[in-house]
This record gives sequence, C-alpha cells and structure tokens, in this order.
Amino acid sequence: MACIEARGLRKRFGSTVALDGLDLHVEEGRILGLIGPNGAGKTTALNAMLGLIPYQGELKVLGRDPWTERERLMVDVSYIADVAVLPRWIRVAELLDYVAGVHPRFDRTKAKGFLEKTSIQTSSRVRELSKGMVAQLHLAIVMAIDARLLVLDEPTLGLDILFRKQFYDSLLNDYFDRTRTIVVTTHQVEEVQHVLTDLVFIDRGRIVLSCSMEEFEQRYLEVMVRPEQLAAARALKPMYERQAIGRSVLLFDHADRQRLAAFGEVRTPSIADLFVAVLGNHSGATREVAV
Amino acid sequence: MSAGSQVMADVQDAAPAALSSTGAFYWSVRRELWENRWIYIGQFVVAAVFVLGFVFNMNHWLMKMRGLSGTDPAQYWTTIAQPFDIASGLMMGTLILMSLFYSADALYGERRDRSIFFWKSLPVSDSTTVLAKASIPLIVLPLLTFAITVAIQIVLVLLSCVVLPANGISLAMLWKGLYLFQMWGMILYHLFMAHALWPFPVFCWLLLVSGWARRAPLLWAALPVAVIGALERLVFGSANFLRLVGTRLIGGGAPADITSGEMLPTGPMTHLTPLRYFASPGLWIGLAVAAVFLVVAVRLRRYRDPV
Repeated sequence: MACIEARGLRKRFGSTVALDGLDLHVEEGRILGLIGPNGAGKTTALNAMLGLIPYQGELKVLGRDPWTERERLMVDVSYIADVAVLPRWIRVAELLDYVAGVHPRFDRTKAKGFLEKTSIQTSSRVRELSKGMVAQLHLAIVMAIDARLLVLDEPTLGLDILFRKQFYDSLLNDYFDRTRTIVVTTHQVEEVQHVLTDLVFIDRGRIVLSCSMEEFEQRYLEVMVRPEQLAAARALKPMYERQAIGRSVLLFDHADRQRLAAFGEVRTPSIADLFVAVLGNHSGATREVAV
Repeated sequence: MSAGSQVMADVQDAAPAALSSTGAFYWSVRRELWENRWIYIGQFVVAAVFVLGFVFNMNHWLMKMRGLSGTDPAQYWTTIAQPFDIASGLMMGTLILMSLFYSADALYGERRDRSIFFWKSLPVSDSTTVLAKASIPLIVLPLLTFAITVAIQIVLVLLSCVVLPANGISLAMLWKGLYLFQMWGMILYHLFMAHALWPFPVFCWLLLVSGWARRAPLLWAALPVAVIGALERLVFGSANFLRLVGTRLIGGGAPADITSGEMLPTGPMTHLTPLRYFASPGLWIGLAVAAVFLVVAVRLRRYRDPV
C-alpha cells in the first residue's frame, strides 16, 4: 500500500498559491527528502498530510483522509514540525506521562532509554534545556512511538553540526527498520544525502523532480572539465554549468559515463548542486551560485 | 508479507484503534493543571493572606465575641460566622477571576507558543481538548475553591479552639453559632450553581475568543459586549445587556433561583432551592448558548492558524 498518495493537491492562502496541483506517491519503507526553496510549499504539503490544514484535491495518508481522520491517523503518524514546538513550561517527566497517557503506541521505557544517553534530566522543564537538547527530547519521544510514518519538518534547524549528525545517526540506527516511512524537509541537504532513499524537488507548489536515490546516481553525473575540452563537453548539452576553483563543472542528465570520463573526473553530484541546476533551469535563468 | 504476518499486522492495527477517549480527556485536564499552575497557586496565596490577616485582626473579633449578649441567635450567627463568611466570599471572588483569566487564555496560549503543533501530533481530538479546557472553570476550579475554603475554615476553627479559651471565652459559643457541615454543603452547592453553571456561557465565550484572537483575547472578548451595551444605551436608553453579562459573571442575577434568603450561602436561614434553579429557563438558555460557543471553539481549534 502507498504510504502517501496525493493527486492534484491545491491550497491557497489569500492570493498566494501554496500548492498548485501537487502529485506525490510515496511507498512504505522509504526515506523521502522533500527539498525546495523557501516558500515552495513544503511545509504546506506536510501540514496537509498531517491533517492540520484543509486542502483541495485528493490526499490519502496510510489510506486515511488526514483532514477528517486526524485523531485516528496520529496513532500511526508522528511528526516533528520544528524544534521549538514542545511547550516550554512542561517538565520532561510530565511530557512522558502525557504522551504515555494518550498514545497507545508509546513505549515509555524506550523513551527513557534514549534520554539516558543524553544529559537531559526528567525533572527539567523544557525551557531550561538548550535547543539541541529539546531536539533530542522530541526525537526520543517520537522514536519511542511505534508509528508507520514519521514526518520531520526542518528537524535540525538551528542545531550545531554535532547534534545534526547525532540526530540522523540515531534516526537511522535506532528507528528506521525499512517498514516505516520517513518524510523529511531540510535546508541542510548535504547532511541527508546518504540518508535518503527518494528525492523530491518542490517549487512554487509543484513537484519539479522526483526520483529514487539509485536513479539519481545513475542519471546525474558531474564532470570537472579540463579547460581545453570545455567546448567538446559543452556540445553534449549539460543541464548546468558552474565554476569551481577556476574549473568548469558540468552537470549532465542521462549521459554516458565512459564518454564523460574523457573530459575529466566524473562523480555523482551533490543534491544541492542538482537542486540549483534544476531550479535554475526551471525558473528559466541560469544562476551563479556559490555553494 | 506472508498471510500470517498480514493477520498479525491487522490485529496490531485494530487494537489501538479503540482510542481511550476518557484517558485522553483525563490527561488533557492534567495538562491544563500543569500549564496553568497559577490558577491554584493564586488561590493558595489568597487563602494564606486571608489566614494571616485573620490572625492579625483577631483582637477585633475577640472583642465582638465578648460583647455578645447571648440572647439574640441572629446576632450570634453574624458575629461568629463573620470570618467564615468572609473567607468563603473571598475565595469565590478569586474563583471568578481565575476562571475569567483562565478561559481567556485557554486556547490562545498554545497558539502563541506554537505548541499546538505538538499537541496536534498526538491522537487527541479537538473536541476532547476543548472540553477538557471547558471543564476547568466548570468542574475543576469550583472543586478546588471548595477544598481551599474548607481548609481555611478548619484552620479558623483550630485557631479559635486555642484562642477563645485562652481569652476566657467558652468554646460552646463557637459551636452554638456555627454549623460547619451544613455550611460546607451550601458552599459546594453555591459554587457549582452560581459560579460554574450560571456563568458558564461567559467562560465559553472567552474560550471561543481565545481560539480566534491574534492578540489580547480578553479585550477582543469584551469588545462586542461593550459595543452591544453602547448600542442598547443609544437606542433604548437601557443597560439590560451589560447587566445580564455582569450578573452572569459574578453569579448573581438569579439568586432567588439558586438559593432563597441571603446572598451569602452560609447563613442558617438560607435554603437550597435546586428544583427552582433547575427549572429556571435562564439556566438552560445559558447552557444552550454555552454549547454553541463550544462547538465554534472546537471548529476554531481545527481551522485557525497559530498566532
């Protein structure tokens, strides 16, 4: 069964169109990265999937309509919308009590086990914890819930690199078991590249690219071209060209690896580079971007 | 997936589907008490201040007690029960303020700190949350006020047991004028009838506005009341609407329907009149209006964005 099935999803806020006929299909057991510029509609799409906002079009999450069945859906879905949403006045112990009281799939022992690996005290209030600790706390709670879908909206925003690394490491090692599905949006794309199994680019409320990471690695190749071969390489119609340390880096879609190897070192581009290439072409202008 | 494991998965899926709504309600109420500690800390502080005040003014009361002639039972009652009356009146006043400020913040606070995203990530429905919030001024706060009032009065009795004999006044005087259990029964009745059920539409209105306003929910809640009041004054020259809201809020307006006789429920002459109270259309109209406000509040929690 598909975990998320969206067809022609639309949402407008006043005169702003946030979702402009979004189609999305996510199978169970995938880790999907939803990547897009600010205001592309990522959070709106996630909010629609979580039953937080009404929408037009068709949307089923785990076979349910999120808007009319939010309460039931939340038994199977967990989410971290932003690190700042845990109530600041609550004590850690109260938080565990509350979630254990209302959530039939919450394993308190498991959550305590995760918390013991951190420096978080159960007697502390959330407002006394650092930003990184709040993220650890939220993650500990979410990982102790036996959910089928986990939605992460900028979960590591504002955290330092150590916390970010730990966050994704524990997610992969202690939580992901290939039957659960994870959907994540983030601006720190480099850090999730090795985590994802699927990639979706979203811009202006529409999907502009959707592929699995295997496809991504087969389809897109990047070559740092020696100057004397630049003209020959350009003749193969790269989708994007950028400058790096005085060399031209050309990004190709569906090109032959052997042929490209003649121009220089061939490698898989980073998601960030592909993002710039796709979004740059999509908006009809080639942007000079320093990555 | 094999057929066996499919069945297992189905069984697993079916079990938690029966969400315990009583559990969710209970924990939602607990959450309100954690989040709004001031609603009971405030009551404790007022109670403590009153007891201290009583201790410092004890001489005044002792003089009055000494001056009792011992013939007029009404005079007995007023003098002896006075501090007990003041205590219950003071706690009722505190209750009104606590219920008022609590309700005006109830659905606003979680939107202001955006923790609503967290609460909504758990399998608790909007109606459960809103009903849990409405139960604070309807049930939890009156019960708490009752408990604190009784506690203060027990402290007063204990103090009297020490102080009165030490000043040569017989304890028998105290027992003659005081009917503790009868008084407590009346206070409990009065708290629920006059300060919970009767003003419930006002609290629900505040709850509704707290789920709608982007800032200052109390001011927004007062605005339409003030506008309607002003229009009535301009057009009809009367102030019935303002009086209606005001008396609802302080638990007045229908004292005859709640109890007969004294406004304060502690007097021995006061009789409970629950039949008359529950037969009064004012009560039921008020509760119907409250129900409409609650339905709107649930919808607002579902649709409205955080602040």
